[in-house]
Amino acid sequence: MKRILTALAATAFAGCAALSAGAVPSKAETLKIGLLATLSGPPAVLGQHMRDGFLLGVKEADGRLGGLETEVIVVDDELKPDAAITKVQGLLERDKVDMMAGVVFSNVMMAVYRPIIESETIFIGANSGPSPIAGRGCSPYFFSTSWQNDQNHEVMGRYASDQNYGNVIVMAPNYQAGKDAIAGFKRHFRGNVVDEIYTKLGQLDFSAEIARIADEQPDAVFTFMPGGMGVNLVKQYSQAGLNGLIPFLSAFTVDETTLPATRDMAVGLYGGAQWAANLDNEANNKFVRDFENEYGYAPSLYAAQGYDAARLIHEAVKLNNGISDKQGLLATLNAAPFESVRGDFRFNSNQFPIQDFYLVQAVQRSKDVYITEAVEKVFDDVGDSYAGSCRM
Amino acid sequence: MMTRRLTAVGLPAALFVVLALVPLYAGVFDDRFVLLFATRILIFAIVAVSLDFILGYGEMVSFGHAAYIGLGAYAVGILAEHDVWAAWISFPLAMAVCALFALVTGAISLRTRGVYFIMITLAFGQMAYYTTTSLSAYGGDDGLTMWGRSELFGTGLFNGDTSFYYIVFGVLLASYLILKVMTRSRFGRVLEGAKQNEARMEAIGIDPYRYRLTAFVLAGTIAGLAGALMANQAEFVSPAYMSWHRSGELIVMVILGGMGHLHGAILGAIAYMVLEETLSGYTEHWRLIFGPLLILIVLYGKGGLLGAIRGR
Amino acid sequence: MSTTLLAVQTLNGLQLGILLFLIAAGLTLVFGVMDFINLAHGVQYMLGAYLAVAGYQLTGSFWLALIIGLALALFCGLVLEFLVFRRLYDRDHLDQVLATFGVILFLNEAVKVIWGAAPLSLPAPNLLDGAIPLVNNLQYPVYRLALIVSGLGVAALLYVLVTRTRVGMLVRAGATNPDMVAALGVNIRRLFMIVFGFGTMLAGFAGIMAAPILSVEPGMGDNLLILAFVVIVVGGIGSIRGAFLAALIIGLVDTLGRSFATDIAKLALPPAAANDVGPALASMLIYILMAAVLFFRPSGLFPVRSA
Repeated sequence: MKRILTALAATAFAGCAALSAGAVPSKAETLKIGLLATLSGPPAVLGQHMRDGFLLGVKEADGRLGGLETEVIVVDDELKPDAAITKVQGLLERDKVDMMAGVVFSNVMMAVYRPIIESETIFIGANSGPSPIAGRGCSPYFFSTSWQNDQNHEVMGRYASDQNYGNVIVMAPNYQAGKDAIAGFKRHFRGNVVDEIYTKLGQLDFSAEIARIADEQPDAVFTFMPGGMGVNLVKQYSQAGLNGLIPFLSAFTVDETTLPATRDMAVGLYGGAQWAANLDNEANNKFVRDFENEYGYAPSLYAAQGYDAARLIHEAVKLNNGISDKQGLLATLNAAPFESVRGDFRFNSNQFPIQDFYLVQAVQRSKDVYITEAVEKVFDDVGDSYAGSCRM
Repeated sequence: MMTRRLTAVGLPAALFVVLALVPLYAGVFDDRFVLLFATRILIFAIVAVSLDFILGYGEMVSFGHAAYIGLGAYAVGILAEHDVWAAWISFPLAMAVCALFALVTGAISLRTRGVYFIMITLAFGQMAYYTTTSLSAYGGDDGLTMWGRSELFGTGLFNGDTSFYYIVFGVLLASYLILKVMTRSRFGRVLEGAKQNEARMEAIGIDPYRYRLTAFVLAGTIAGLAGALMANQAEFVSPAYMSWHRSGELIVMVILGGMGHLHGAILGAIAYMVLEETLSGYTEHWRLIFGPLLILIVLYGKGGLLGAIRGR
Repeated sequence: MSTTLLAVQTLNGLQLGILLFLIAAGLTLVFGVMDFINLAHGVQYMLGAYLAVAGYQLTGSFWLALIIGLALALFCGLVLEFLVFRRLYDRDHLDQVLATFGVILFLNEAVKVIWGAAPLSLPAPNLLDGAIPLVNNLQYPVYRLALIVSGLGVAALLYVLVTRTRVGMLVRAGATNPDMVAALGVNIRRLFMIVFGFGTMLAGFAGIMAAPILSVEPGMGDNLLILAFVVIVVGGIGSIRGAFLAALIIGLVDTLGRSFATDIAKLALPPAAANDVGPALASMLIYILMAAVLFFRPSGLFPVRSA
């Protein structure tokens, strides 16, 4: 009995000790960054792109962002918001990270945003940009190298108006991001939304929705179907023979994370994005080349955002001579002193980017490589619509 | 016989003593994370204990138990959204909502047995899940941020790390003791008796259905209380709390610890979450280790961790 | 809503039902005969799809990929059976749940390590690549017709195997009274291995057939596993006929619900509320159906065993 007690106590404390291993106070000449990304389950590919992009940025600085010895702790949030909070607490309290970066999904972002910001840790968001964070809940500690959630959809709304599409069917999964997507699309669309279809999260078969679209014969379809749902939809849309007939406008649906699965079936489909591999500037050409050499696959906008996050930290920390002067560093970051792979980039009053947005189209670059290419600039130097309600 | 007795009392006692000392450890080694993480583990332990009560004693494998975490959490979160922070309002309400949900779904589910019961509880769990994802007024799938924690008569006890830990610890201890007493009472004997031989129970004039339903409602209520604590711990509420993956994890925790002893569930919750946290610290592909580990535990450690500790 | 649209949606619903049946058939067979809860059925479905993709990348032919995928899926299934599952047959259901959950974690991760996290593609064979014009500008993909035919084929095959062959007779007897079959001197272990191997092949076949229309990605089997369980529980565990009918009903209810729930909600509610209520209702329709069926028939539509 006594043996059991001792063993139990020993394991419990060993467990605690194992958990607190690495709780060394960070020295001034190192930079510790917690990178939170979704790396398990079907959407893992998004987190993988973002992480690889970020790590490439670190590697190109010889592992020393801003001249400081850099340690990146990559943490998988498993797409569980509550688990993500605990993991972030671990990064902040145990690992004593100097900065946080990443976050793919909005539900995770909404969960971890407050603990990070309230600990006054600098946080570079590299994907999700839900409206509360861009608006009322904005913070001097948060910077985004991506977009506000509505924006890529607004691109498609504007494009649909420019094409004089009168009747459009919009379709998105029945969850918050899906509703935001449709709200974003409508903001700049002047035509008539004849039908709003909300599908099941994780839906497999879209034949019912496709039949409905074919039946109503709109001038175009706009959809937001991230991840595997998008793959299913694109395959089935193409197999139903609608590809040439009804223009397919999308956001976060046709990109380098899904093209390996949709390939020829997606070629010609449109999307809205702030980045594409063919944006011709020095930083981007180098990024695309180096990324493919390093990882052996074509980067997506998620990778570009991760890369930009690392590059932003690198240049700002270098200019600021380290991270000990946090207020100075915030000001330096705010000036966005780096060459973004997307070209024009500066921070808005809510520290989300003011940038250009493009109509992109899926193309086949070589036998096995499919990418998206920018075909037309839709918005020039725009910020998001929530910046006005941000008070810092 | 004597040693068995001792283990049955000594092991849970030792477990609770160790758990009670965690804040001390955290204080001495200045390790806030261990305290925060332990708080989260204990919240799951409460849910696991409540699940073990119906699963281990009553053979009711609920595959929708996470729904109660979510319902309890949403009760607190939605009230907070309307500026009601008093724990004496929100916590009883959270428990009442869960009790009601358990009563209605339990009354229907308990008509079935075995795998059918597993699946019908899943069905109700999924209905709760999809309902909250479409609550756009409360953030839908993005979840609901709570801009603070519940308030207990102006004491601020929910806000301190240590005091909150002890609140959670107290709830766990109380749930454990209440359920333990119940399993030792006539109620528990009927529950277990019905598991072994339902016909005999009916023959001596006892209707096991009522007992099962009572146990089911009690378990749901306790899980709802844990949900209310979870909302405070995370200061965030989301439909992800009630996904079927989470319900599955809870079942795994209970079996892993060794079911039908209540403290086995606590052990299982601790082991599952500490293992996950430590393994995922070593490699992104920690599931390659964790999966086979679970299989080995089943194949060679009958009765879960508790069976392994006892050495049978 | 026009009648043609209704007809098309009914066809779509039946086709989804056939797909669900393909996945559920193996599960209900293994469960019914061996009383074994195989949560790993979903990852075996995934494995079938991935192995076929690998076969396609090697050979460039869908048909060869189908054969390679099936053979390898069977091989992997038998390896798993030998290493893990056969030690679980006489354990209780919860041990089976825990161990097969471990298999899910392992295989989902292993697939990601080997093939990467990005979704992969398996193109439909040229022979089945076209589409048949239906109404308006809607075309019905030939591949989907092939899917329906193969689903019906599997159903017919199972029917013949179960009702007309000796193994089928043992399977039926085993499902009703396993102890008696063992007492009659039948080699239960071998019977179980055959049944399990067959179940694995069915899961793999479903995965391969679904690959051209669905995304091949890590974890693709997890949600389908739940759907498959819904099907076999509604149908009555162990009943092939029940699984077939339940799959068709669930496919129909789900498809028609998705198509028309919002429109119906709009009759009673303002549009904004209908857009909230309709899709949510459509998402949970199959669960409501399952709960209702089990309320009236606690052992499913076609109970096999009176356990």
